[in-house]
Amino acid sequence: MIARINRFLFVLGSLVLSVDSIAGPSIESWTTDAGARVLYVQAPEIPMFDVRVTFAAGSARDGEQKGVANITSALLTQGTDELDANAFSDQLGATGAKLSTGARRDMAYLGLRTMAQEEYSVPALALMEAAMARPRFAVDAIDRLKARAMIAFRHKQQSPGAIIDEAFYADVYGEHPYGSPPDGNEESVAALKRDDFSAFHQRHYVARNMVIAIVGALDKDRAQSIATRLSAALPQGEAAPALPEVLPTTGASRHIEFSSIQSHVRVGLPGMRRGDADYFPLLVGNHALGGNSLVSLLFKEIRSKRGLSYSASSHFTPMAQAGPFVATLQTDRSQQDEAVRVLNETLADFVNNGPPDDALKAAKQNLVGGFPLRIDSNQKITEYLAMIGFYKLPLDYLDTFTTSVAAVTSESVRDAFKRRLVLDQLVTVIVGRAKASDDS
Amino acid sequence: MRTFAMIAILVASSGSPLALAASERTHEFTLDNGLELIVQEDHRAPVAAIMVWYRVGSSYEYDGITGVSHALEHMMFKSTKTLGVGEFSAIVAANGGRENAFTSSDFTAYFQQWSAENVSLSFKLEADRMQNLVIDDAEFAKEINVVLEERRLRTDDNPQALASEATRAAAYQTSTYRYPVIGWESDIQNMTGDDLRQWYSRWYGPNNATVVVVGDVDAQAVLALAKEHFGLIKARTIAPPKPRPEVPQRGIKRVSFSSDKARIPFLVMGYKAPVLLQAVADSDIESWEIYALDVLSEALDGDASARLQRNLVRGREVASHVSAGYSSAQRMTTLFQFSAVPRDGTSLEQLEKAILAEIDELKRVPPTANELERIKTQVVADSVFERDSMQHQAIIIGSLESVGLDWRLNDAYTANIKAVTSEQVRLVAEKYLRPESLTVAHLLPEAAQ
Repeated sequence: MIARINRFLFVLGSLVLSVDSIAGPSIESWTTDAGARVLYVQAPEIPMFDVRVTFAAGSARDGEQKGVANITSALLTQGTDELDANAFSDQLGATGAKLSTGARRDMAYLGLRTMAQEEYSVPALALMEAAMARPRFAVDAIDRLKARAMIAFRHKQQSPGAIIDEAFYADVYGEHPYGSPPDGNEESVAALKRDDFSAFHQRHYVARNMVIAIVGALDKDRAQSIATRLSAALPQGEAAPALPEVLPTTGASRHIEFSSIQSHVRVGLPGMRRGDADYFPLLVGNHALGGNSLVSLLFKEIRSKRGLSYSASSHFTPMAQAGPFVATLQTDRSQQDEAVRVLNETLADFVNNGPPDDALKAAKQNLVGGFPLRIDSNQKITEYLAMIGFYKLPLDYLDTFTTSVAAVTSESVRDAFKRRLVLDQLVTVIVGRAKASDDS
Repeated sequence: MRTFAMIAILVASSGSPLALAASERTHEFTLDNGLELIVQEDHRAPVAAIMVWYRVGSSYEYDGITGVSHALEHMMFKSTKTLGVGEFSAIVAANGGRENAFTSSDFTAYFQQWSAENVSLSFKLEADRMQNLVIDDAEFAKEINVVLEERRLRTDDNPQALASEATRAAAYQTSTYRYPVIGWESDIQNMTGDDLRQWYSRWYGPNNATVVVVGDVDAQAVLALAKEHFGLIKARTIAPPKPRPEVPQRGIKRVSFSSDKARIPFLVMGYKAPVLLQAVADSDIESWEIYALDVLSEALDGDASARLQRNLVRGREVASHVSAGYSSAQRMTTLFQFSAVPRDGTSLEQLEKAILAEIDELKRVPPTANELERIKTQVVADSVFERDSMQHQAIIIGSLESVGLDWRLNDAYTANIKAVTSEQVRLVAEKYLRPESLTVAHLLPEAAQ
């Protein structure tokens, strides 16, 4: 038995961090005549390809018309200039392709996955192009999606997770465009008219505001002609201006009354942007703190040692401007105070004293050793290309990922967290019952 | 979602079975102790998904111990005779792994994803917890609290999940599919370490497990590693659960569910429907019926062009959301299920009638040539897209084997779907979507009553 223990420990102890870089996929990049940036990776193994186009057309561009970006994105697949919604879905369905659209705070996207054979991919691409460039914005579809949004707003009000998500962004970002929910609110959506969607589309769905990621079983010539055609279908336009910078928070705390059994807890502040100088110390540090799923400090302290919550984690969401850092848990109301205390103590200890050596080592080992999993499918590579292109990260972002992680030290993590996770600026939101009742 | 592996509970899975002859890349072995090993070589990336599937889940349970399979899954991450608490996950993380596990009605599955060179380490760790698990009472006392928090998070604070749970419990009279996978709250509260220890020794043997490896590996080398790590584990005497087939349903069942937390109404409908295993074993049910039910589900709700979307979300505009689902890869009679949220101004009764009218219409006018062609093209496409995820391929193989089906059925899936005719779709709609086998649940916000 001792021998077995030692063999396991040997496996754990013998790992030496490789400082050799592990190459990512070979990315080719160019800009089309119309002004769209393209990133392309050839992956011939499976007879299919993905095309993902992104625009700086997320809800941060809503202005006063909260929800306009989100519904504009959803309307793209509800018919084109030549096809109504039924004809569009019939024709798309006949190609076997999947076309999805969506809008987050920074970006809006259309993603197509199609079989590579031209019999399927040519019509699928034509439908994607029409949806992107020539949406119908039919009044019946607009009314339908607005009605659906009204139900979604009420649906959120029965979910403590959705309520806290909205409240957390509101409290961390205030009047900043990131502060309002991507789907808007009942009042703002009710006021939206057809002209609002077509104006938003004309302004933001333009070639210079566009990045195209292409991955799969197609050669570069075909990728080039697809990118050229997609971008030429749009006006050249202008890239969207930079979003305003995010102001520091002042450390507010808010309780929202809700009749759930569990209290949901979020603690955080504006974290970092994509391409941030502190990106790797914060990424690696957070992996030790709350990102390395079953072995992070928060998971151990809150779940493994005390059984207080099913999930206990923290993460950064890097965005065009400082996206949030958030630590989160959910627990029965009777345990809320203890869980919040452990969460805050773990955060404070990490910021004040830096990462424990073993936790930092484990985080680095997991990030370096797990790198191949980040790029083991076309799906994941496509998402990386879209991210690298949209946020203008260097093309060797993946190639240098493991060496950048390996270069992070205990000092660089402590330094970055001290500057960026200022404890008295942390915002706390709790959704749940104000008082624990004994009879529940 | 065109797939065998559309697992209803605790597993989020999507996509469809493989189209290319996976049999050419897939190898099946059985060790002397009964452990089944299936290896699918996939050399696109230097990684592997390694899964261990045990043929036990909530449908193996009985009153008083519901949720024991899932609670045991949690404790499998704690300690063994050779590893202290937390060491298992520390080793996986330190080697760059991602890991987790899931429990369903029919199986409990554990997995790691990492560099393909770590298959040996996966086997060592899994073989260890297959035979050496230690369920410490103090650790159990903490972890069962985590399970209760999981239940609160997933179900008790979620009106739609609570209503779905109540619907299952009403739909099944004798079948153990009536149990929630996570278990009834009181059963979780009253569970003991002894319950888990007994459950572990009853079900966790090599002869009740299937090991699935998909990745950048050589099948013979994986076999050698399996023999090294699992080969010496003694087989257990596994007594299968006593059969609890669902009794025939003789009339519509209705559930009325109200919630003070709900803000929108919600409709669930389910018809009793057969599964592929029954078609393999039972002469009253033909295999083509199962594939025709899959096509029926696609015709109703396969994509944005399917009938429920076209006619109820668009068209009559009575539904804000509607979906239909059916999974044939289960052990016992299942539900062909619908869920829907009405548009404002439409009652749940009206929405229910609208769905029933679509079902009647499908019996009257089965899928047209265009509809069938579209569905079949999508099944072919999904079988291509599917190959992008090694983990998903492993899930399909493992779930088929764990309910008693042959993974090779997966190879034949596309051909079997392509063979379905419009008349067959009509026939299965007539045979199975009948009022006397229907359960309907209405969830109403209390404020609306």
